[in-house]
Amino acid sequence: MSVRRLAEIQPESFAFTQDNLQWAEGQIAKYPEGRQASAVIPLLWKAQEQNGGWVPEPAIRAIAEMLAMPTIRVMEVATFYTMFNLSPVGEHFVQLCGTTPCALRGANALKDVCRKVIGEERHVTGDGKLSWLEVECLGACSNAPMVQVNYDYFEDLTPESFEALLGDLRAGKAVKTGSQTGRSCSAPSGGDTSLLDEALYDGSVVGAWRKRFDEQAAGDATESDSAAKPAQSARPEAKASKGKADADAKPADAKPADDRPSDRSRREGQPAWAGGKGGVADLPRPSKPSGEEA
Amino acid sequence: MLTDRDRIFTNLYGRQDAGLKGALRRGAWDETKFLLEKGKDWIITEMKASGLRGRGGAGFPTGLKWSFMPKPQEGRPHYLVVNADESEPGTCKDREIMRNDPHLLIEGCLIASFAMEANACYIYVRGEYVREREALERAVAEAYEENLIGPDNKHGYPFDLYVHHGAGAYICGEETALLESLEGKKGMPRLKPPFPANMGLYGCPTTVNNVESIAVAGTILRRGGSWFAGLGKPNNTGTKLFSISGHVEKPCNVEEEMGISFRELVERHCGGIRGGWDNLYAVIPGGSSVPVLPEHQCQDLSMDFDTLKNLKTGLGTAAVIVMDKSTDIVRAIARISYFYKHESCGQCTPCREGTGWMWRVLDRMAHGRAEKREIDMLLEVTTQIEGHTICALGDAAAWPVQGLIRHFRHEIEKRIDDYAANPTPPDYAIAAE
Amino acid sequence: MTKIIVDGAEVDVPAEYTILQACEAAGAEIPRFCFHERLSIAGNCRMCLVEVKGGPPKPVASCAMGVRDLRPGPNGEPPVVMTRSPMVRRAREGVMEFLLINHPLDCPICDQGGECDLQDQAMAYGVSGTRFFENKRAVEDKYIGPLVKTTMTRCIHCTRCVRFVAEVAGAPEIGAIGRGEDMEITTYLESAMSSELQGNVIDLCPVGALTSKPYAFKARPWELSKTESIDVMDALGSAIRVDARGREVMRILPRVNEDVNEEWISDKTRFVWDGLRAQRLDRPYVRENGRLRAASWGEALTLVATRIKTADKTRVGAIVGDLAAVEEMFALKDLLARLGVTNVDARQDGSALDPALGRASYLFNATIAGIDEADAILLIGTNPRLEAPVLNARIRKRWRRGSLRVGLVGERADLTYGAEHIGAGADSLTELVEGKHSFAKALDGAAKPLIIVGAGALARSDGAAVLAAAAKLAAGPGVADGWNGLSVLHSAASRVGALDLGLVPGQGGLTAREMAEAGALDVALLLGADEIDVAPGAFVVYVGAHGDRGAHRADVVLPGAAYVEKTGLYVNTEGRVQLANRATFPPGEGREDWAILRALSEQVGVTLPYDTLAQLRAALFQAYPHMAAVGEIAAGDPADLGRLGAGAGSLSSDAFRNAVTDFYLTNPIARASAIMAEMSALRRGALAEAAE
Repeated sequence: MSVRRLAEIQPESFAFTQDNLQWAEGQIAKYPEGRQASAVIPLLWKAQEQNGGWVPEPAIRAIAEMLAMPTIRVMEVATFYTMFNLSPVGEHFVQLCGTTPCALRGANALKDVCRKVIGEERHVTGDGKLSWLEVECLGACSNAPMVQVNYDYFEDLTPESFEALLGDLRAGKAVKTGSQTGRSCSAPSGGDTSLLDEALYDGSVVGAWRKRFDEQAAGDATESDSAAKPAQSARPEAKASKGKADADAKPADAKPADDRPSDRSRREGQPAWAGGKGGVADLPRPSKPSGEEA
Repeated sequence: MLTDRDRIFTNLYGRQDAGLKGALRRGAWDETKFLLEKGKDWIITEMKASGLRGRGGAGFPTGLKWSFMPKPQEGRPHYLVVNADESEPGTCKDREIMRNDPHLLIEGCLIASFAMEANACYIYVRGEYVREREALERAVAEAYEENLIGPDNKHGYPFDLYVHHGAGAYICGEETALLESLEGKKGMPRLKPPFPANMGLYGCPTTVNNVESIAVAGTILRRGGSWFAGLGKPNNTGTKLFSISGHVEKPCNVEEEMGISFRELVERHCGGIRGGWDNLYAVIPGGSSVPVLPEHQCQDLSMDFDTLKNLKTGLGTAAVIVMDKSTDIVRAIARISYFYKHESCGQCTPCREGTGWMWRVLDRMAHGRAEKREIDMLLEVTTQIEGHTICALGDAAAWPVQGLIRHFRHEIEKRIDDYAANPTPPDYAIAAE
Repeated sequence: MTKIIVDGAEVDVPAEYTILQACEAAGAEIPRFCFHERLSIAGNCRMCLVEVKGGPPKPVASCAMGVRDLRPGPNGEPPVVMTRSPMVRRAREGVMEFLLINHPLDCPICDQGGECDLQDQAMAYGVSGTRFFENKRAVEDKYIGPLVKTTMTRCIHCTRCVRFVAEVAGAPEIGAIGRGEDMEITTYLESAMSSELQGNVIDLCPVGALTSKPYAFKARPWELSKTESIDVMDALGSAIRVDARGREVMRILPRVNEDVNEEWISDKTRFVWDGLRAQRLDRPYVRENGRLRAASWGEALTLVATRIKTADKTRVGAIVGDLAAVEEMFALKDLLARLGVTNVDARQDGSALDPALGRASYLFNATIAGIDEADAILLIGTNPRLEAPVLNARIRKRWRRGSLRVGLVGERADLTYGAEHIGAGADSLTELVEGKHSFAKALDGAAKPLIIVGAGALARSDGAAVLAAAAKLAAGPGVADGWNGLSVLHSAASRVGALDLGLVPGQGGLTAREMAEAGALDVALLLGADEIDVAPGAFVVYVGAHGDRGAHRADVVLPGAAYVEKTGLYVNTEGRVQLANRATFPPGEGREDWAILRALSEQVGVTLPYDTLAQLRAALFQAYPHMAAVGEIAAGDPADLGRLGAGAGSLSSDAFRNAVTDFYLTNPIARASAIMAEMSALRRGALAEAAE
């Protein structure tokens, strides 16, 4: 990343359109009172969208005023986040992922295509249609190599399909987003290797898990003579007696309803819930966490 | 092998209806109220019992994290913030959850918020995921419409969910940088302590969880912590979304059991290594920030936190970047170094100055324009960054370089020798593409 | 208190201490760049890393971690911190190396050279030699105003400047744009900073990235003679250090005085020094045929003496200016008394303050440090941001701590903190006194209400009534506990000293305004009085240092000494007596002002009985014992406030006018300064732009 500067030629002024202004107010309302600065990224984003793909300087001032932020704070945000373009871009702004997972699968060849078809990075073609930028990982690594054009991802590219795509975009033709090889999302090409069990999708999953709770409740009732019943009425197929292996209790028609890891035989003969009493455990409460998610 | 019936993300490939109707049919939102009625302590106990470790990379036990939230105080609301700023190179799993199984995430948000007494939750989606964010927003709107969430919803627990987004900054995946960004500032990590559980979003108690950690909560509670704990290995339980990229025949995302062997993962789901198993050269097993492993350490490799930690690398986000023998490993790691230089927020000295230094030296080494004693110097620079920064990005930038030098020093030396012998090398590619 | 072991030595420190503070308490030195006691903690330079036993196997930033966050040993032993272990040494060397790889190392041409934290710490904690053979980063310099020069390649990104302007100055205009190694410190589109305290970033910058523009390449720190003194640009009496080379003042820096200015000074205080060289009166002048011509001391003094001796003493008078030291005012009072002259006044602005009402009636009774304790503040007819910027920063500091309401009666202004505008004129004051305004409840409920009355509010015909009303508002429950919230914010450095000496009209004497009127006097003696126009007619003798308004009107000019050219006592707005030291000498034939009056007294035949400053001071201390207690405040008697109402008259409904409208041009020295003129023009330009 190099030093990011505002474009030298700037429009005189910036004002949100009525629709966008209304939208912006909706965004600000998402945050608690006095925390309207939280909306700065969405608002800058909208300004960029309204202004043809880049954030003009007057928009920075306008948003600072809207959010009661010092102008320099909005400027900091606009220059920190690399998706804010500070100078004009092409109508179709190609962000080409060049990070290692894409590079391993040919992103460098796509860069050559960009140089050939568009020119150097950040250069906007004479017709204003195209410009490109190498960006860092766009998070579609299993579909590498890929580019983002405006808001859409184009994945599983080859130099040929990419060049054709650029041509279609320039010509204003309709293009297919997502995988260019016809994969559904990030499924392995040539046929799925998982999620093939039809029973996942026929609705039989719903409610099948309740059985272990009902067994638990029945057990508790016996033990403590308590009349407590689960809030929901027990499902017929879950009326199994205590101590019986849940596999035995499974009615024939509830295919995927096994509440244990399949293919495993562990703690057979016990309800899955047998470990805990369902009561309130005394939780240790250290004063602060010592770990974090990166 | 994991059976389909034990998979949580049953619409991973988007072949089914991602909307509420489809999600209900696949078992989402199934009697969530019943789960909530069992109480927050029960939920946290179940989550602890499941052994679920955070899916964002650090692997901190999720149930334990939930239990750190303090008692609610007047004027200090609790927040749940979901980290959907998926930016670690190699990682592309949360994207599939958001666009294909958003209701699992939304339901998880409600459950987790209930367990932590939060009435508001923000999902921070990376800026580039525009369509994914739109899909998620559609699902949130559906959930509001059906009164599954909202101030007066049918679960009887007031809960609002907001989708927020970034604008291109890897560092916002760090939880405190994410909170800063969510507050409308630059994504610069905060000093800890205080930890978010005490001083998080807007200074209030906050828990930040990865998308996957939250989205599995509903299924874990329904099927039981012990069900989840029964999958995988001790201390490395459950199922996990693996993102496999690089030199495999069929790169993909797949939900598999923790501790699956690398070879099984690749051969069963990815059509094997490009050019055959023997063509394997190196693997980055958990996203770009973990050290690379050479092929001989991957022959019988179990994909779990502890095994990989013992090999001085990590499971991270389970983003497996596979490299075959055509790979220019020095250049591949140099590109990762460039990534960290690009994404360093610039706040603290070692990372701001060190990432650029590492990249520049590695870039020269990739061409051979270096001296061999610089390899040890570079290694020392990595140790001057590692552990000396505010957040883990410094470590994340140092580790790949350390991994490279640990396992592929000979490659760098060869490069230097070659350049010394012939200082005008031909232009070359990062891999046979 | 918490026990902690630092480098093997056990110390007992307050639990809220940071590790850095604890280490310092234990005598261990911790290097740092980003950390500053008066700014929020950034923890970004990583220079202060120390090793903590029992913690993670990596060093921790001692500035950011609290002692209470440390874990004790397994058997309850105190936590152990090591500041000299191999791990710490390596960490410091590493951070220092990172800081230097992209630093230009241009110390020979850097103004910070010789007083640079980076230079010093590199010597102490760095290694010699470099392993960095890449190109160094070059950063474009930024324009951030006429006062602060930038050399951004030297910046180490500690963000002290960013935090200072946002937190202390309250004008968040500096930011760090971009990210990573391309992060740059700048103002929005390189606009000039607007704060009156911006010069402090020069002191805060630990390297040579932000340096003084007017001082650029003028001198090296080791060739300057350093004199500790007191500032007179406003009535705070900020502690300063005057750095001079030979006879020239090269720069002015703040000194720490927790009770007054902490460690900040205003830009006028810092940059006024070029005004000490311009427009100087370096020899006596007498007016001849309408023009001033150079004269000898003998000729000038004889002429003045003749005029005074021949004049009717009821038609002789003296007006004292805003920068006068106590000594010369004492000599003047003595001289006039011996001549039988009762026309004397130090209140050029026509203030209603009267020393007869007791010292409590004209002091900032709550004291400046007392602002920290106030729980409600009312500003009457004042803009402290312009009248005393450092004091304003103290109000802001208190306001940032929270649970404080600030009310303002008078001109609307951006004070850098949220002040509720109650009204423009004295009517609002009446409402407050009668409890009709919502803010009255805040004052009533406050244990320590602070009522700050500006000089402008007192310089009106109803000034006494304003003061009386303010006194009523200040009479809260805290008064019983020794809290006196009535606080007059003077704008003239000499004023409290003059009131202490009783430099107000004697029996039948004329006030300053009356003296200035046509036909009032035959001989007018102006002791540095430049803020008043004496009408034609009188023979005017001006004693002072600068060719300003007074000298232009004068018939005889007697060249005096500016505040850095004499030792003198000043009493600040709180009533604190402070001693200013001489850093250099008056130019040409200029003399210390008391000595001029002493010479004149001999000529008019009433020789003052002291030949040296020491003798004068002895007489002064005998007459006014509290003047001998330098650094101390002789508190006023709160009981005096009860008498303020009597005979004060009624309030007029005119809107209040602040005493200061142009911060940069409030006195003859500032008006002689090209730097102040530039700042003033810039400010006026900005205001004009804003008005459009």
